[in-house]
Amino acid sequence: MSTSPMNMTRQPALLGTSGIIFLAVLVAVSVLVPVLNLAVAPDSAVHVPTYVVSLLGKYLTYALLALSVDLIWGYVGILSLGQGAFFALGGYAMGMYLMRQIGTRGVYGDPVLPDFMVFLNWKELPWFWYGFDMFPFAALMVLLAPGLLALVFGWFAFRSRVTGVYLSIITQAMTFALLLAFFRNDMGFGGNNGLTDFKDILGFNIQADGTRLVLFVLSALALALGYVLCRFLVRSHFGKVLVAIRDAETRVRFTGYRAENYKLVAFVVSAMLAGIAGALYVPQVGIINPSEFSPANSIEIIVWVAVGGRGTLVGAALGAVLVNYAKTYFTSGILAPYWLFMLGGLFVAVTLFLPKGIVGTFYEWREKRRQHDDIPDEPLATPRPAE
Amino acid sequence: MTSSARLSRLPRVLCAALALLFAAALVQRVEAQDISAALGQLTTNKYDDTEAALGALALSGSPAAAGIVSALADGKLFFGGTPPRVFIEGTGGALLDPLTMQPVADAPAVKPVRVNNRIRRAIDAASGALSLVSLDAAKRREAALAVGRSRDEAALPALEMALGKETDPKVKSAMNLARASILIGKEGITPAERIAAVELVGAEGNQDALAILRSVPESAAPEVKQAAAAAIEGIERNLALWGVAQNVWYGLSLGSVLLLAAIGLAITFGVMGVINMAHGEMVMLGAYTTYVVQEVIRTSYPGLFDASLLIAIPLAFVFTGLIGVLIERTVIRFLYGRALETLLATWGISLILQQAIRTIFGPTNREVGAPSWMSGSFEIGHLSITSGRLWIIVFALMVFFALLATLRLTRIGLEMRAVTQNRRMAASMGIRTNWVDAMTFGLGSGIAGMAGVALSQIDNVSPNLGQSYIIDSFLVVVFGGVGNLWGTLVGAMTLGVANKLLEPYAGAVLGKISLLVIVILFIQKRPRGLFALKGRSIEA
Amino acid sequence: MLNMFTHARRMAGRALVGAAALALAGGGVASAQETIKVGVLHSLSGTMAISETTLKDTVLFMVQEQNAAGGVLGKKLEAVVVDPASNWPLFAEKARELIAKEKVAVVFGCWTSVSRKSVLPVFKELNSILFYPVQYEGEESERNVFYTGAAPNQQAIPAVDYLMENEGVQRWVLAGTDYVYPRTTNKILEAYLKSKGVKEEDIMINYTPFGHSDWQTIVADIKKFGSAGKKTAVVSTINGDANVPFYKELGNQGIKATDIPVVAFSVGEEELAGIDTKPLVGHLAAWNYFQSVDVPENAEFIKKWQAYTKNDKRVTNDPMEATVIGFNMWVKAVEKAGTTDADAVIDALIGVTVPNLSGGFSAMMPNHHITKPVLIGEIKDDGQFDIVEQTPGLIVAEEWSPYLEGSKDLIADWRKPFSCGNFNVKTGKCGGAGQ
Repeated sequence: MSTSPMNMTRQPALLGTSGIIFLAVLVAVSVLVPVLNLAVAPDSAVHVPTYVVSLLGKYLTYALLALSVDLIWGYVGILSLGQGAFFALGGYAMGMYLMRQIGTRGVYGDPVLPDFMVFLNWKELPWFWYGFDMFPFAALMVLLAPGLLALVFGWFAFRSRVTGVYLSIITQAMTFALLLAFFRNDMGFGGNNGLTDFKDILGFNIQADGTRLVLFVLSALALALGYVLCRFLVRSHFGKVLVAIRDAETRVRFTGYRAENYKLVAFVVSAMLAGIAGALYVPQVGIINPSEFSPANSIEIIVWVAVGGRGTLVGAALGAVLVNYAKTYFTSGILAPYWLFMLGGLFVAVTLFLPKGIVGTFYEWREKRRQHDDIPDEPLATPRPAE
Repeated sequence: MTSSARLSRLPRVLCAALALLFAAALVQRVEAQDISAALGQLTTNKYDDTEAALGALALSGSPAAAGIVSALADGKLFFGGTPPRVFIEGTGGALLDPLTMQPVADAPAVKPVRVNNRIRRAIDAASGALSLVSLDAAKRREAALAVGRSRDEAALPALEMALGKETDPKVKSAMNLARASILIGKEGITPAERIAAVELVGAEGNQDALAILRSVPESAAPEVKQAAAAAIEGIERNLALWGVAQNVWYGLSLGSVLLLAAIGLAITFGVMGVINMAHGEMVMLGAYTTYVVQEVIRTSYPGLFDASLLIAIPLAFVFTGLIGVLIERTVIRFLYGRALETLLATWGISLILQQAIRTIFGPTNREVGAPSWMSGSFEIGHLSITSGRLWIIVFALMVFFALLATLRLTRIGLEMRAVTQNRRMAASMGIRTNWVDAMTFGLGSGIAGMAGVALSQIDNVSPNLGQSYIIDSFLVVVFGGVGNLWGTLVGAMTLGVANKLLEPYAGAVLGKISLLVIVILFIQKRPRGLFALKGRSIEA
Repeated sequence: MLNMFTHARRMAGRALVGAAALALAGGGVASAQETIKVGVLHSLSGTMAISETTLKDTVLFMVQEQNAAGGVLGKKLEAVVVDPASNWPLFAEKARELIAKEKVAVVFGCWTSVSRKSVLPVFKELNSILFYPVQYEGEESERNVFYTGAAPNQQAIPAVDYLMENEGVQRWVLAGTDYVYPRTTNKILEAYLKSKGVKEEDIMINYTPFGHSDWQTIVADIKKFGSAGKKTAVVSTINGDANVPFYKELGNQGIKATDIPVVAFSVGEEELAGIDTKPLVGHLAAWNYFQSVDVPENAEFIKKWQAYTKNDKRVTNDPMEATVIGFNMWVKAVEKAGTTDADAVIDALIGVTVPNLSGGFSAMMPNHHITKPVLIGEIKDDGQFDIVEQTPGLIVAEEWSPYLEGSKDLIADWRKPFSCGNFNVKTGKCGGAGQ
């Protein structure tokens, strides 16, 4: 309520109209939801119950994840079918911190070992768990773990000029390999059960309404900052090279650019954004386990972006929220047995009838309408197939 | 632990029966005894009594005994009435008297005589011993082998006596082996005898021989131990080699499964460039076609069951092929040139197909049986080959070469290649590209359906069937080189064999993970797969 | 609902997200008060649908039966079904939705351990009741959860005893899927077997990933392990989807139950319905209930169930029986407490005794687990089990296994004023090993 779109300073170079609306919505939501949750009586029609807060918080982390995919798919043409792996790694880094915070409150009361290690007779903490009792270290790992994986993977792949579907398939193989690895109990990440039963985050009870609201607002903030960062990147010279790579990589290379380095930077930034999304997701959902690595999850992320509109950033976030809201809505009540039909139908319909996604189609319509008015402020909004 | 305590029940029952039989045969006094006591024991509904009754029947020499034992084995032996009596169920469900095999006039309500694993073993022993009376050489050999496995010293005198009378060379060698097996662990024999036994057993060269050789007693003479150690070493070296061969066989068999799963994708993805995430569901539809075919056969034409797979193969091809054509005409054809977007649409289709099958057939697994010619196994040297797997390899190769021939030798194959290589030029040559697109997608889907028929033999027939193969299929096609059928063949077999060679060292999970990492690294080395299409285009 | 939606729109301007939030919130207010709501939290899609769909049907069936008998406390029951879609975080979300939005009095749900772990914090935070109907690894006792499936000592150990005594098994293959239930069960069994004098070299432990489908190497290894002259058996904790290819490979390689019997803890009537059982005849399973239990209570239940599902071939299985027992216990406890209030019902549940379907009675113990008979069955060629052994009495669950290092000193007792799920008898304190 305190901020309306009109009050914002117009910065077309960086944000554009849709960007301003997007940020305004984010600000409005992050103010309104806590107010409606805390200040409005629970029996009021506009009260937002706590479970909706964590639900919305989850959607926002998904939106950030979708944003990270749009950065590389929409603007560089890298269709990563393994983005869920970076999300999960960020989540695991956060989960390991939360696990260490449980301390003696686990069911076995062991001060150092998490429950699942006591359970399987582990005698001491594996080396890779060291340091996760400190938040700054864990926070660093949230960025470093996905970032390093992306760096190594991308360095190999882009240097060898693995592109298109080949790249998609090996990213899928990567997340599948990680899925199998994290399933193994011997790896020391809790196997199939993953990490759960968290108690505190930075000393605050993770289940308290206040903590949930703070996490929610932080997710909104992360999404806003992530958006501004992506927007900044794609509007810069760097971003223009990325789009050029997307549309004709060879020509870019002939012009003297080291295409692989540009791609690598975008890929690592995207992985880190996904990692942050995962780190914010875990405390709100209360569990992280290997199923986040499953290739199907990563494909779903792609679908969110496609529904919202590839190469629009705002669309990716919108798509993530819409699809997940539909999932929440359709998995309850009498529609439950049929929701996969609707989800599947939605994907087919979007690809056939809205190839540019919701936001992309809207831009197209708007551009047509004001063809003679002025220069459209979304020249990058029309994605072309990357081959 | 004493040696007899180490024995399992089957050989013990068998040995007792054998020892008695040999003894009985020796005095030439096999007479029909009264088996009514044994029949009474069959009516108590207690496993102990049933087992005892079987022992008695085996030794009775009664002409009715064999019939009763085989009725029990087939689940056709019943008991009931007051006082309880035993009946055999004849053809048409009539209850027969076990002694006379005549229908009983006033049949009471009956319950089957229950059988568990212990009774099943006793049945085996009894029928084995009984057929020894009928002097069937094969049965005698089996009995000898069983004695050898049991290594019960008590059976030695009977065995030696039988050996003296035996004329059939095969049975004789089995009996000799059995005798040697017993002698190796026996106290109080000369080192020379023991060494002879070690050599005889060692010559067998298999896993069982290894176990027997390891039981040479601590007290044996040093030269015996030496001979045993040498024999063990020889066998182990030999078996290690066979083990590699066995793993290669397993690898080829896994490779043939991968090939089957991937070969349809090599068309839809490799040739047409559609990232067909619904490919796995085509495989699943093929498996469900097999299920429906078998259901119809079970209810209407039970005699055709062995041919059910042969009937299902063309039906699955046509059915999934038609579904493929339908998908191509309604969805895919609008997406040519937008390869990555086909991924989304086909992913949606795969969700719909899965849920459709779940709605129609329910979420649980469906039963698909194996025809008799696909069950069982045989041995080549120490290589064990299962018929089912062999047929799957043969089938995979047949499908592969049939597809290759279709693409190379037929008119439609020519048109398919023309369209995928240069659509516009093909169109201007008068090829109906739309029709060819539909046929190509249908062909790829139909082949996936045929793969489903084969996979129904080794995996769950459930709505999730396709999901478990989709990632592997894409890997195989990409690893082999998109657009090259030979690449798919070599890729599938390489991945299969590599997986199986890694598995013994790394375990199933780590083996799979390391294989995935190897493929990822390989793609860095050869970004276009094993068999890249050669061309001068910079964008390839 | 529509009204609220437009209202919210006005409030939040163009905030679509906010509107969605309020639409979600709106449903909770509209919930009716004249019925008692019962939550059903079982996957209806995804990989677990194969097992869980039946349990959803079971709860709906029980609700219908109960309503026909007059409901509970004079009110009708109303089942609220959600689909967590075999997605573990979604389980937590749906649990929250059931409790906070739908205001259900009790939830019947979950199959896998990870789904239970995922919803646990939610049930604790919102103080509701979960009935968990599947055999599991134990090592847990929570105030808000009632475990009506078997703990390892109510399934695995009696099965091993049976094989030792009746089949003379001396060599053991412990084969399982690599997740927490097989890991724990095998740890317990390994310790148990060693305590019975089985040597290290006579135990082979093998783990495979979920949905493992190529069993050639492992079955060949089992065959090799079993040819050492000692009677060998396989104790299988292989999960769901991997079982069919495993049994098919056993059949293919000619391993019969009379040579190397396999006793499974996750294979029941429902799973067998999808397998050609002829090659499997004689392999075993250990459960607390089989459809073939020959008592009038069971016959009547099967009749009603098949009438309800309009399918005279529909099978029953152990987790179904556990669901039925849990449901009846809840009804009885609510009637005892005179309210559906969670705290009152949780206290009332301890000590509640209801008939089980194998002709006896099961009681809810202070550790929130129930007493059960253990049945061993051999697979018959019609996909049913021939019960070859039944424990003479009921077995009380050991929620904390005495065979595991970390839990041998722990007990659970939720009776007031004790109320502790992990009491350490050595230190005399609640809270595990403690410091």
